[in-house]
Formats: sequence, structure tokens, C-alpha cells
Amino acid sequence: MTDPGPSPAPEQAAETGTLAARLALKQRAGGIVVPIATVVLAFLMSGLVVLATGHNPLLAYRDIFRGSGLNWVFHPTTNILDISAYNLSQTLLQTTTLILTGLAVAFAFRCGMFNIGGQGQYIIGIVVANWVGVDFGGMRPLPHILLAISAATFAGAAWAGIAGVLKATVGAHEVISTIMLNWIALWGAEWLFGDGGPLQNATQPFVPVSDNVAKSAQLPVFWGAQGFQGLDIGIFIALAALVVFWALLNRTTLGYEVRAVGFNPDAAAYGGINVKKNLIRAMAISGAFAGLAGAVDMLGYLYHYGQLDIPVSQVGFLGIAVALLGRNTAVGTLFGALLFGSLAYGTTHGLNTGSVIQPELAGNLTYIIQGLVVLFVGADVLILYVWNSRKRLRPRQAPKSARSAKAAA
Amino acid sequence: MSTWAARLENPLSARLRDPATTGFAGIFLGAFAAFLAIPPIEARAFVWPIVVGIVAAALGIWTTTRGRRRLGWGAVVSGLLGIGLGILATRSGTENLKSVFDATLIAQTFGLATPLVFGAIAGTFSERSGVVNIGLEGMMLMGAFWCIYGADKGGTWVVGLLLAAGVGGLLALVYAFFAIHLRSDQIVGGTAVNFLALGITGYFFVQLYHNAQIPNGVSLLPNVHFLSGVKFFGAAIGDLNVLTWASFVLVIVAYFVLFKTPIGLRIRACGEHPRAADTVGINVYAIRYGCVVLSGMLVAIGGIYLSEGPQGNGTFLFNMTNGRGFIALAAMIFGNWRPAGAFGAALLFGFSSAIALRLQVYSPQAGTLFQALPYVLTLIAVAGVIGRTVAPAADGKPYAKQ
Repeated sequence: MTDPGPSPAPEQAAETGTLAARLALKQRAGGIVVPIATVVLAFLMSGLVVLATGHNPLLAYRDIFRGSGLNWVFHPTTNILDISAYNLSQTLLQTTTLILTGLAVAFAFRCGMFNIGGQGQYIIGIVVANWVGVDFGGMRPLPHILLAISAATFAGAAWAGIAGVLKATVGAHEVISTIMLNWIALWGAEWLFGDGGPLQNATQPFVPVSDNVAKSAQLPVFWGAQGFQGLDIGIFIALAALVVFWALLNRTTLGYEVRAVGFNPDAAAYGGINVKKNLIRAMAISGAFAGLAGAVDMLGYLYHYGQLDIPVSQVGFLGIAVALLGRNTAVGTLFGALLFGSLAYGTTHGLNTGSVIQPELAGNLTYIIQGLVVLFVGADVLILYVWNSRKRLRPRQAPKSARSAKAAA
Repeated sequence: MSTWAARLENPLSARLRDPATTGFAGIFLGAFAAFLAIPPIEARAFVWPIVVGIVAAALGIWTTTRGRRRLGWGAVVSGLLGIGLGILATRSGTENLKSVFDATLIAQTFGLATPLVFGAIAGTFSERSGVVNIGLEGMMLMGAFWCIYGADKGGTWVVGLLLAAGVGGLLALVYAFFAIHLRSDQIVGGTAVNFLALGITGYFFVQLYHNAQIPNGVSLLPNVHFLSGVKFFGAAIGDLNVLTWASFVLVIVAYFVLFKTPIGLRIRACGEHPRAADTVGINVYAIRYGCVVLSGMLVAIGGIYLSEGPQGNGTFLFNMTNGRGFIALAAMIFGNWRPAGAFGAALLFGFSSAIALRLQVYSPQAGTLFQALPYVLTLIAVAGVIGRTVAPAADGKPYAKQ
């Protein structure tokens, strides 16, 4: 990471309170050690829950690992009928979505904003991709796919852009407005896909599910079978998005301005950067990633969506954990998405024996681990404490200088 | 000075010409235009809502020309909405109208609002002390699950209530430690609480009840029966749940505690300017811990209503709250961080949910979009279109002691 501007001492940065400054601190304090320590701690504490309820946590984690298909690396094969290869392809499908929803959260973070509305923007992407995919049948495949993806991406950007505009013009806090936009999108989708809704399927009037997207809009599958949740080229779109994210932030004027606003809006304004424009722009780009996630899921393997899928989906919220664990960098997001993708699939589908721990039990374990990761990752004073004690080789209190305290007030 | 002099000379006519009066009268008449067409008045000729609505809009235009633009436009919109809704109602069947608008609508509104009132008051306490509580949803879910467990094992809903409040308070305490002592970002912490609650309730629901098998006959929250046989009031308020009555009491208590007692002054001081509060000897950390834990206990008690109340009927479902914690958060914001305002907003949101459920007599989907109404209204409120909401100044900012 190449961060512009002065780098304050860790103690100072923690006290100044702006989100970006605190994140910049975490960037420096501990490299990749702290995220790993966070994950280990989360797994340990979740293991205690498993142990307390009379199951063997080690065996449970072994089953989750097997269920995620990550054991494929021990005996790699391209044969999709192999159980570990199949599980891996499913884990990668989950990872694809989480990379994109993670980037959605990360991009806004780099501009000093918390986009908690990834779930709503994802749903908007799902809705628009389904609409274009179903209603624009008869197009040639390539233009159809491109049209569906760009429409969904744009819709996600516009949806998040509402929060950006509200923040830039009237100062409405983006957390509140994105939460509200989430639920508006969710209920809107419930209506669209529900009985008699505009996107409900044409053949079964009492099934609140949409039509399948046309064959011409489905992304090609390269591992597994088309129509049977084979691994589609969406994962390459997600990997490309990672590169775009990195290049946009670190190699363009836009990215420089966005990061400058994230570090210190006042200083950025003093330096001639239009803060309001950048807030709107960053929020819209952030939403574009989430909308793209919806499009890739819809065109890649879901093909249709129903009323019952809406409240179950948590990928937008999982994106928060991915981005925080990945420290809002492209590489970090990739590994964060892989971790949570493996957990999400490994716990719910992989434990087919049920001998160690029931799959439903393990599925809920994902949420516990996820919650603990987010909880620990957000505690930068804890990280600071670890960092300081590592540096000075003796435990000490958090610094309490008069200057830093004044800055916090 | 001159306006007061004018009022003294001719008090009544001056009051009537006051733009504030005409504006509010216009808004009221707009609502009345729609009210005319529904039971109990139920005018079937569509001319009545139109006439009353036009009068409302005219009053609104008069008001805008006298300087109160925002109020005036509000009255115009109210009048037009009244005409639209009134005509819609006269076009629909009498039977359907009767099934949507009857006395039990009031009871249902209060019922659906109960968890929201608890949640909104809980959020008000936490945020007035300066700690944002996004985790309301998760704490409410914890209450919904653990009260069933308590009522099942303890034999009575009282045990369930105590256990729910205890677990809600415990989760809030963990959150408070991270938010206050470790000064972690409060939005991140609250998000973590929501995930944790989802995982913990789901995990133990499978572990203890195998995902469904809660025994029948778990002790439920009782309803308070009175006024039976009295027309209208018997159906409207004669059969409310004990927790609903408790929510009314809570609003009044919360108002007095926050705005009429020294402890309330301290809480608000911590939320507005913790440094100043610290300087005059208030223990900011203690106040904030107390408020966050209280908030967790209150919202968990609100969650009880979902599983142990008349609608829940002793069942629990995965992710049962389904956004109600966030509606409570919205009600708190919409109510401008005040108990009475939060109560009003919760009632409005409860009313919109009740209407959404009842509109299913027209078509199964008619009510679905209505569910989004609380969120749309709150979005409009934070955008400042109708009077801006203002959060406590130090809300969400961690405080470092000197």
C-alpha cells in the first residue's frame, strides 16, 4: 500500500477519530498478523461454544474444511464428479460474490464512509439482471450479457448514489440512509418477485419466483455443468474487479482524490479537491461493485430469484466482514472472501455425514465466527495494545497524552 | 411585539388568520378528506373527499403565501393525498372496507408497535448517552429466543422475561466494552452484534430445540381484559397485551427520566459534550455503560413480544425479527431521539404494518410495498425535507478519558 500524505504515529491516529485515520493505523499496526490473529481468536471462541454444547470442535472444523473443498489442493483433479472438486467449485462461487460485495464496502471505506447497504445494492443488481435477462430474450449472447451486467452495475451505483447525494447535499449520515435503502430494496424485491408482481414467473401464478434468465444471458460455465451450479466465468469478472479496484485507487487521479477525502476531508478541500463530488462518486462506485455482484450471481448460476431467497441472503452483510478483515485492500479482500466463502459453503453443505455436528448447527457457526471476526477487527485499541507491547516487550496502558485527548474531544 | 399587540386586540380572528393555524388546519382537513370515506362515517359519494381535500389544499396555498412555505406545501400534499385515498376508498367494496378499518385495527396497531416502542426507547437511551446502537436488531432477536427458553424451562413467562433481559443486557455489555473501553468503531461493533445474535440464536435453536420442536403450551404473555362488551373501546383497547401497556408506561417513564431528572441531564450531557460532562465530575464511562446495558435489556424485552406475544404464540423462527430492530432504529431517528417522538413514529410504523396486513383482502401483494413505508419516511426525514432530525452531538464518537 502506498498512502499519500503524512503518516501520524499510531497513538495519535487512534485518537483523531476519523474512520480513515483509524484504518490507516490498522494498516500499519501489525501487517497481516492482526487479521490472522483475529481469525484464530474467533475460531477459538466459536470452538468453545461447540465444545460447551457437547461436540468436538476439532472434528467439526475438520469437517468444515473438507466441506469447503479446500482439501482439493492435496489431490487436485479437474474431474467435477470428485467430491472435493465439486465442493471447491461451490466455494469459489460463494467467493466470487463475496469478493464483489467486499469491494463494495472497501471502496466506500477508503473514502471514509461506511457502506452498510451492500445487501440492498446487491438485491437491486439481482432484480435488474433478472429483468434484463428475462425480458430482453432473443438478443445475441455477448451483447445480452454485457447489457444485463452493465444495467445491474449502473442500478447498484444509482441506488448507493442516493446515499452519497444525501450525504453530500444535506449531510445525512450514510449509515442510516444505506440501512433504510437496504430495506426499501428488500421489500421492493419482495413485491416484484411475489404473487402478481411484475417479475413473477409467467407459468405458475402461485409460486413467488421469477422466470429463468434467457440462455443468451447466462454466463458460460467452465467447470461443471451449465444449469447445475457449475463454476461460471463470474470468478474472472470478480478477479478483474479486484485489479480495477486496486488500479482505480492507486493509479488514477480519481482514486487519489477519494483517498484524500477519506483521510481528511478538510485537508482535501483545502487542497482543491471537491469533497462533495468525491463522496457521491465513491458511494456510486461502491454500489456498482455490489450491483455487479448481483448480476454475476443472477447470470452465473442462480438464473431466477424468489421471495423466499431475499431474507435468507446475507452476502451484502458478509461483505462487511470480508472488507474489514481484508483491511480494505484488494489482496486482503480476496483472502477475506475466500475465507468466508469456504466457511459459508463448508458449514452449510459440506457436512453431509452429520456425525460430528449437524449441518444446521454448523451453518449458524458461520454467523458466530463472522460476528466475532467483525467484533475483534473493529477494536483497534486492542490491536494498538498488541502492537505497542510487541514493540516495547512489556505491557503498558494506552497512551493518555493531553494533546491526543484534546483531539478526541 | 406588534403581533402580540394585534392578538390582544382581536385574539380570535388573528389566531385564525395565523399561517401556522391555517397550515395545520389544512393538513388536518387533508387527513379528514380520506377519513370521510372509510368506516365509521363511510361517505359513498366521491364528491365529499374532493370538496374537503380542495379546501385543505386551498388553505395550504394561503399558508404558503403568508410565509410558512414548508407547512403550506405539506397541507397541499395532504389535501391531494386525501382526495386520492378518499376516491380510492369510495370505489372499493363496503365489505372490504369494513374488514380493513374496524376497531381491531387500533389494537393491531398497538400490538405491532410494541416491540418497536421498546426498541426505539432503548435506542434513545443508548444514543442520548453518545453510543450508537446498530445492534438493536440482534439484541431483540436474543430476547425473542431466550425468553422462550426461560419460559419453557422455568415454567412461567416471568422467568423468560428475566432471562431475555439478562441475555440482552449481557450482549449489550460486551458491545459496550468494545464501544466504550476499546473505542472500536460503533457501527462495526453493532454489525458484529447482529451477526453474533443471528448465529447464537440459530445455533441454540438447533441445539436445544432441533430447529422447531418448542413444546406446546409454553407460558405466554397474558392479555389484559377489561371493558368487555363496551362498543368500539372493548375491541380497540380492551384486550391488549400486558407488554403493550408496559410500553405505554415505558414512554412516560423514559420521558421523565431523560428530561426531568438529574440522571437524565447527565445522560444527555454525555451524548452532547462528554468532555464538559467529565469536567463537572460525571463519570462518562459509567453513564454510557449503564445506558447501553439498559438499552440491551429494553430491546430484548421488546423482542419477547415477537415470540411470546399474541402473534408469536410461543414459537421461534430463525431471524425472527426480520428487520424490526432496524425499524425501531428508524422510529428513534424519525422521532428525533425523543421518547414521545419515538413513540409516535413507532405507532405510525405499526399502523402501516397493520394496514399492510389488512390490505391483503384486496390482493395478496397490495400490502408488501407498504412494508417499506417506515424506511422511506425515515429516509425523507434524515434528508431534511420535512424538518431536519438532529442527532446528539457526540453520538457515535468514542470518548477517551483524560
